[in-house]
Amino acid sequence: MKYWIIILAALKRKKWRTGLTISSLVIAFLLFGLLRSVAVIFTEDVDLSGDDRLIVSSKYSIIDSMPIAYLQRIRGIDGVEIVAHQDWFGGTYIDRANFFPKWPVPPKEFLDIYQEFKISDQHKEAFISTRTGMIAGQKIIDRFNWKIGDRIPIIGDIYFLDDGTNLWEFDLVGTFTDIENPGNEDQVFLNYQYFDEAREEEWRGVVGNFIVKLTDKNDGPRVAKEIDAMFANSMDETKTSTEKAYQQMFASQIGDIGFIMNAILAAVFFTILLVTGNTMSQSIRERTSELAVFKTIGFSDMTVMTLVLIESLVLCIIGALLGLGITAIMMPALSEMVSVSLGEISLEISVILSGLGIAIITAFVSGFPPALGAMRLKVVDALKKD
Amino acid sequence: MSEILVDVKNLSKEYKRGGETLVVLDDLNLEIPKEDYLALMGPSGSGKSTLLNLIGGLDTPSSGSVSINGERIDQMNSKQLSNWRASNVGFIFQFYNLLPVLTAQKNIELPLLLTNLSGAQRKKHVETALNIVGLADRSGHKPSELSGGQQQRVAIARALVSDPDILVCDEPTGDLDRDTATDILNLLKSLNEDHGKTILMVTHDPAAAESAKRSLHLDKGKLII
Ligand SMILES: Nc1ncnc2c1ncn2[C@@H]1O[C@H](COP(=O)(O)OP(=O)(O)OP(=O)(O)O)[C@@H](O)[C@H]1O
Ligand SMILES: [Mg+2]
Repeated sequence: MKYWIIILAALKRKKWRTGLTISSLVIAFLLFGLLRSVAVIFTEDVDLSGDDRLIVSSKYSIIDSMPIAYLQRIRGIDGVEIVAHQDWFGGTYIDRANFFPKWPVPPKEFLDIYQEFKISDQHKEAFISTRTGMIAGQKIIDRFNWKIGDRIPIIGDIYFLDDGTNLWEFDLVGTFTDIENPGNEDQVFLNYQYFDEAREEEWRGVVGNFIVKLTDKNDGPRVAKEIDAMFANSMDETKTSTEKAYQQMFASQIGDIGFIMNAILAAVFFTILLVTGNTMSQSIRERTSELAVFKTIGFSDMTVMTLVLIESLVLCIIGALLGLGITAIMMPALSEMVSVSLGEISLEISVILSGLGIAIITAFVSGFPPALGAMRLKVVDALKKD
Repeated sequence: MSEILVDVKNLSKEYKRGGETLVVLDDLNLEIPKEDYLALMGPSGSGKSTLLNLIGGLDTPSSGSVSINGERIDQMNSKQLSNWRASNVGFIFQFYNLLPVLTAQKNIELPLLLTNLSGAQRKKHVETALNIVGLADRSGHKPSELSGGQQQRVAIARALVSDPDILVCDEPTGDLDRDTATDILNLLKSLNEDHGKTILMVTHDPAAAESAKRSLHLDKGKLII
């Protein structure tokens, strides 16, 4: 397009201003890319089939617990291969800033279900046979420089020992890795049996969630229904969902994240609209006599208006592409950061497309008033101002 | 004299402000033959620029007609006027109004972007125009790297590049010192004599008027010989 040179000339006229405007657009679209990618997790359609793991939690709240006795009954359901369970231990290792998730689990069943956690047979054996045993992800090991055989002190905040003190000690007996999902290496697992026996008596005999491994992943909907039906009229009713759906639910307990994110984005884009709109109007005002020259030499009113709109469009598209590009680059690191609590995230095509859509809308909304002004500009008036 | 290029008949231009009507041009008649070089003088506010803009198709009259080469430009709409200006008239103003980030060459090329010429053809036309104004060696310079006189030459080349029949100049030497003004006037003279351009020039400078073939005076919206 031969008019390209005119657009470039307009943008290059005040390089600093163009640069700053593009920078604020880049930041806005970076925020957009990151927040939308996280938000996708909360809005994804829940698909009960295709996931060979189910999570059974208390029907009314994810912090309520269920009797450990449910385990035997769940195991008896047709299509269930293994049943494990996990609890949220909370607790602090030396400093609150060192936070990482700690889960009491039944060692054998848990590791049998989570085949993706790579652990040597020797370490697995040690975890199963050591009452006070703990295994830690490679990241934790690296982070705190732990060695096998170390005694790891954890200050309990949810769970106290039966004597009323809260200094728990665990023996580090193994490490595991998860190559597919390195974010999972940022947690530790404790032996449930010891945890249950050592905690205060009135708390014993319950678990936070059951994890059910299916023989056939297509059985998910049926098995989930049977489990929930089995405990339907008991004291502790259950709610069974796929692991993915559970993660979604877990995360949305933090508040209506989707809403908060959208509110932030709306504020960001409102600001961006003002910034871009201001840049465009200022730039057009400064170039009044240039625009008059274009009209003088035969550019029609519509052409001049189109040129201004394209200028605005170029500005916004560059900002959006750079912002989304940086998002794409940051995504693997971000995904790793949130993968423990939220699961994997990625920059989806739908996010990119809606980002570009917003860029185009921003360009038109902010470019339209100056473009209209440029279209209506009368050469004789514009040149008189000199 | 030869063929008539510009034919202005009973031309009036008025502005209404509040209840008052300001008559800027009053039932004015003017014929400019081909290859004429006409200087238009007169006191400030007498309507010189207004007349020039009407003849150049930048403005439309309140009444009367303006024909250029037999075409009634006063009856054209804004889009038709734009098209007409692109190929029939070249404008030269007191302030050069060049795009500061573009080189002389790119500034001159702008009017040609509206044509169907190829990049190579446009380049050739630009070179020709640069040669005519004597700036072939400055084609890569930006306006800030040129003197006022050189910038005006670039503006003249831009007006010439689409090869229009008529050049309209509104105080083309108004912002230049005497020597530079003389150079520009000589250039305009040669455009008229050697290249057959018809020129209509508004000026306050008697020396500039002197260099034209003839001059007319405008006073209170009427022409006086
Ligand atoms: N848009 C407008 N609205 C009202 N009056 C106008 C408008 N444009 C021009 N005028 C008036 O028309 C008259 C002629 O203006 P014009 O610019 O043609 O004068 P001029 O002869 O070129 O003067 P100068 O030598 O100062 O350039 C002036 O009195 C001016 O105030
Ligand atoms: Mg004037």
